[in-house]
Amino acid sequence: MSGIPHDKYEPKSPFAKWLHVRLPIVSLAYDTLMIPTPKNLNWWWIWGIVLAFALVLQIITGIILAMHYTPQVDLAFASVEHIMRNVNGGWALRYTHMNGASLFFIAVYIHIFRGLYYGSYKAPREITWIIGMLIYLAMMATGFLGYVLPWGQMSFWGATVITGLFGAIPYVGESIQTWLLGGPAVANATLNRFFSLHYLLPFIIVGLVAVHMWAFHTTGNNNPTGVEVRRTSKAEVEKDTLPFWPYFVIKDLFALVVVLAVFVAVIWTMPNYLGAPDNYILANPLVTPAEIVPEWYYLPFYAILRAFTADVAIVQFASFVTGGIVDAKFFGVIAMFGSIFVMALVPWLDTSRTRSGAYRPQFKIWFWLLALDFMVLMWAGARPAAPPYSMISLIGAGYWFAYFLVILPVLGLTEKAKTPPATIEEDFDAHYPPKSAE
Amino acid sequence: MFKKTILSALFAVGLVGGAYAEEHVVKDFDFSFEGPFGTYDKPQLQRGLQVYTQVCSACHGLGLVAFRNLGDKGGPELEEEQVKAYANQFDLMDEESNRYLYDPEKDEFRTFVPSDKFPVNNTQGAPDLSLMAKARAGFHGPYGLGINQIVKGMGGAEYIASILTGYNGEEKEEVGSVLYENHAFPTAWIAMAPPLYDEAVEYIDGSDNDTESLAKDVSAFLMWAAEPKMTARKETGFLVFVFLVFLASLLYLTNKRLWAPHKRKD
Repeated sequence: MSGIPHDKYEPKSPFAKWLHVRLPIVSLAYDTLMIPTPKNLNWWWIWGIVLAFALVLQIITGIILAMHYTPQVDLAFASVEHIMRNVNGGWALRYTHMNGASLFFIAVYIHIFRGLYYGSYKAPREITWIIGMLIYLAMMATGFLGYVLPWGQMSFWGATVITGLFGAIPYVGESIQTWLLGGPAVANATLNRFFSLHYLLPFIIVGLVAVHMWAFHTTGNNNPTGVEVRRTSKAEVEKDTLPFWPYFVIKDLFALVVVLAVFVAVIWTMPNYLGAPDNYILANPLVTPAEIVPEWYYLPFYAILRAFTADVAIVQFASFVTGGIVDAKFFGVIAMFGSIFVMALVPWLDTSRTRSGAYRPQFKIWFWLLALDFMVLMWAGARPAAPPYSMISLIGAGYWFAYFLVILPVLGLTEKAKTPPATIEEDFDAHYPPKSAE
Repeated sequence: MFKKTILSALFAVGLVGGAYAEEHVVKDFDFSFEGPFGTYDKPQLQRGLQVYTQVCSACHGLGLVAFRNLGDKGGPELEEEQVKAYANQFDLMDEESNRYLYDPEKDEFRTFVPSDKFPVNNTQGAPDLSLMAKARAGFHGPYGLGINQIVKGMGGAEYIASILTGYNGEEKEEVGSVLYENHAFPTAWIAMAPPLYDEAVEYIDGSDNDTESLAKDVSAFLMWAAEPKMTARKETGFLVFVFLVFLASLLYLTNKRLWAPHKRKD
């Protein structure tokens, strides 16, 4: 499976040999678990494990919740409260699932930004990156669908607003929106299909995760230096790497348990901190909440969506050029999806030949500005759509696009990068010097 | 001078007050259930139940809470007989709130039993109170940063207590209905008439029954109604947390030992 030379699985017992000829499943597991892993990976590399755990956690708690939940508009809200009050351990399942979504997204954002910093998206890891972006999109969809299920006020109005985005598409928008909702407005048909899809998508994510792992097991992991593992011989590989088991399994497990301790502390002390209080009010199509705010993990992109109002010059320009087909609402939708699309294209937008940002002094500044920009957008997305927040959102959105479309392409050509270590071994030895006298 | 410039700049971008000048006034009442180890105060919940029964239930329902929950551990913990007696008292015929239940098996009308839920009450169009303490957040910000909620909690019970004690006596008529001025309420004008006054309820246990005490007691009761499993959550949560910290320590040591030869530390 891996493109890096390493020990192959040797079946020993007669049964193992018999099985190996027919189905090399033990070999597959062995190759996956024993993959040579750069020994200089730092703690930013632990979030993949957290993500894998979060996916399994969400699926298991979700399957059990589905045993007690009723996707029907008159019963859904009460069935969630039934879980919270009457089902044994139901409160724990539900709070874990609810906050598990946040754990999932915190992990995925750190994971993505780690990739952006260390250039993990660059050749030959473009496919890993693209699949990762697809996983992220599927996560966004799953999270949104799941948030509708408790049928609270934010569920209902969130569904109305988000499906309304598709309604902004010229000509076909309204038809698409009706098709998504199963009717002219958010109603029972919507809840039914959202439940069905919320149950389906995680398994598609599982499939995508398998491909994601297959891809990076083929190229090998990136690492903080961005220098490839030397792979002409097994002896060379062993200088740069250690097998995933046990070295990285134990390291990742330690990190995972620390993250989980924080996660559990949130459920223990403030399980509703990350949610909107309005979602404890039964959905009411006749009463619009004072402010419809999506879950925190959508906020940066929600801010970009709202940033492009009709008084922004570029929106007016787009409207003029297209004869009014692209209005402010549609422009916002394009900007929101576009902001993720440009991120998916980053393997081809970053022209630098140095892979890891650790050796790019100017890149570092722009990168941390992007991270700050992300936080500011997240904050602005939860504020009212009025000055000064609209201007802050617009500047933030502008920087987001500038980073991917202008700064990365230009910087790669103009910046003079430092020289990374020649090998991973050299980097590792610099941190942990060999003892001089043996 | 410099300080003044900064301040006016901050005002200009609306970071200081400005945009949110009309902040609602939610007081930070002390409750026994606050903090990582706080639990419900049983006598207080029982008093709150009394306030709910004698005052709130005239207009509000509690449709998600079952009578039997009144006997649950960590809640008001009424005795079994008390729960029965409490449920049975809802025996007045009331068409609108359906307070007589029809039992098809025995083909007769019956009164409430502990396995039934509290009656819903739509007579006045007042919201159901089952989840009220979680459906309102008393504390916000500052500036959308969510720090106050970490320090003070979400403030649902504080919000209810602030509403109940927040009337200033002003009222106005609007589109045929009377509104009462109350600065704990987001729009500052609330349709609910002041429900509590000093000694509105005579407590069985003779506790203080000034408006603030009544308000706090019923708010605590409603917090319990919204989050009846809180005690179980805090007990389990703490245990799991301790376990994970312990497990993390073991894994830390394992990891250190495992890597030591490669990091030349042994």
